[in-house]
Amino acid sequence: MSEKSPVNWAQLEAKPEFRALLARKSRFIIGSTIFFVIYYFALPVLVGYFPEMMKKEVLGRLNWAYLFALSQFFMAWAMAFIYTRKAAQWDKEAAAVVHGH
Amino acid sequence: MTIAVWMFLAFVVATLGITVWAAKKNTGASAYFAAGRSITGWQNGLAVAGDYMSAASFLGISGMIAFFGYDGFMYSVGWLVAYLTVLIVVAEPLRNAGKYTMADLLAYRLTPRPVRAMASLSTITVSTLYMVAQMIGAGTLVKLLLKDLPWISTEWAIIGVGVLMVVYVVFGGMLATTWVQIIKAILLMTGTIFLSILVMKHFGYSFTKFFDAIAHLTYTDKSGVEVTKNFLEPGMKFGADVTNGWGPLDLISLGLALVFGTAGLPHILVRFYTVPDAKTARVSVVWAMVIIGTFYILTTFLGFGAATILKPHNIVTDNMAAPQLAEFLGGPIFFAFISAVAFATILAVVAGLTISASASFAHDFYSNVLHHGKENRPGMEVRVARITAFVVGAISIFLAIKLQNVNVAFLVGLAFAVAASANLPVIVLSIFWKKFSTTGAVLGLAVGLVSSIVLIILSPSIMGIDGPEIVAAKRHLIQANAIFPLTNPGILSIPLGFFAAIIGSLMKREPEAEAKFAELKVRAHTGLGSEKATAH
Repeated sequence: MSEKSPVNWAQLEAKPEFRALLARKSRFIIGSTIFFVIYYFALPVLVGYFPEMMKKEVLGRLNWAYLFALSQFFMAWAMAFIYTRKAAQWDKEAAAVVHGH
Repeated sequence: MTIAVWMFLAFVVATLGITVWAAKKNTGASAYFAAGRSITGWQNGLAVAGDYMSAASFLGISGMIAFFGYDGFMYSVGWLVAYLTVLIVVAEPLRNAGKYTMADLLAYRLTPRPVRAMASLSTITVSTLYMVAQMIGAGTLVKLLLKDLPWISTEWAIIGVGVLMVVYVVFGGMLATTWVQIIKAILLMTGTIFLSILVMKHFGYSFTKFFDAIAHLTYTDKSGVEVTKNFLEPGMKFGADVTNGWGPLDLISLGLALVFGTAGLPHILVRFYTVPDAKTARVSVVWAMVIIGTFYILTTFLGFGAATILKPHNIVTDNMAAPQLAEFLGGPIFFAFISAVAFATILAVVAGLTISASASFAHDFYSNVLHHGKENRPGMEVRVARITAFVVGAISIFLAIKLQNVNVAFLVGLAFAVAASANLPVIVLSIFWKKFSTTGAVLGLAVGLVSSIVLIILSPSIMGIDGPEIVAAKRHLIQANAIFPLTNPGILSIPLGFFAAIIGSLMKREPEAEAKFAELKVRAHTGLGSEKATAH
């Protein structure tokens, strides 16, 4: 995989703009991963260990358990939307870092 | 009933036509393994969705909800949220740093031969487990759906599916496989949306009436007693009272395998090499999430619809809930359409699995392990992949026929567990951890693979004591009490996989790999030097 290339990777990696971009990116990736993992696993934990609470009906016949499960879909879509917008910004910044190399 | 056969034949003819078209465009390895990196975002999104929505989701989840209510719906949730891991953590770096397989990313800065050998082993294991489960599913399905045509036996159904998938992959490569997935995803969504509308029509398009019926469902249970239950309440499958207290933990373990396993499934990962760049890879995951999410929300109507309209005691087996509902609400033609969609689903998924397994064998094992990355003759890699697809097809047909009477639901669970415990830790560490080394990768892959397989063997999926009244298909393979209490090993095997990969890396440091981390970082995060599209 490691064919000789004229790009000076180490020099690019050492650029402060690249380091800063990567730091911001990592913060977002780690933060959002922790968020969705907690949000998702709250569902089996609450449903499994606090079933009586989750069986309470809130919206007509819909109970907390179903509504929380349904909310997971919208959480996932919202996260995907936010990530896509962030990533478009990172693309621009990455292009600026690479530019001139 | 023969309408189903005609519809299925129409699908086969259409997909074979695509295969002929794709075969003409297959010039060179990039065209064969990665469709020339020419697939657009929405096309790949549909194909990812097609690869993912197997018969297990379409038929399995509908049946699970029909029998276990809310707890069945819990499966739907995990299968979508899993895509956040794919989107946020894996897709773009993988596309930027790799070429044809998952192992490309690992071999980027580690010693290629041992890493590729192990990664190839785990890729082929996951694909084969998944494939055999799908093909046995196809066999049983044919038996149930074509009961009027007894000359089509389970064996012939399995052989038919196997031969078709080999034809798609051997002649059409990734391009044909991708288009088979796209067509199947469109058919599946159309069928699901239409069936959901029919369910709502049955309830006079009133959500209040629909959910009232679910919350107040009267049916005859297994012991012949008439009971009334609220199917919206959790606990019918995983409740502490019905599972000796292990249910809630098992559900968490299943969630772990889904959320971290999807991003390690080889047939999903190879899809990101079919697009021109990382941005398109990202767009395709978002498309896939919209399609997959909509589909899984609609399982509410399919599953609860079957439960309320048909009643659980009238459903033949859990796989038949959706087709039976289609027959009841839409008549024989719609039943035929849904059955044909189910076949198309299985065919497309096995084709995707075959190409990921054969690409890994040809590219990782043959070219890079046996021939040190130096292809001895141009075109050899593609030829080896075609031969592998043939061999993989033959082995899967053989295994599926041999295991056709065994309860195989655990095979898919095992595939996810291996993907989550062996593949995901090494992918994540290789992208994010400087000190990750060859020893760590090999150890992580090996421990993840072995621990998930051993724990499944010791689990209630394989071990258990059955009474004489239990039929062959439902009997446990080992007649003894289970040693590991959970059906899903993820909660233990995923941490073990990570742990082994970290310990291995700390045990034997690798200065060259650490030095190349800078290169990988720049490449993964900027796309500089990534594989470009070849076909236009």
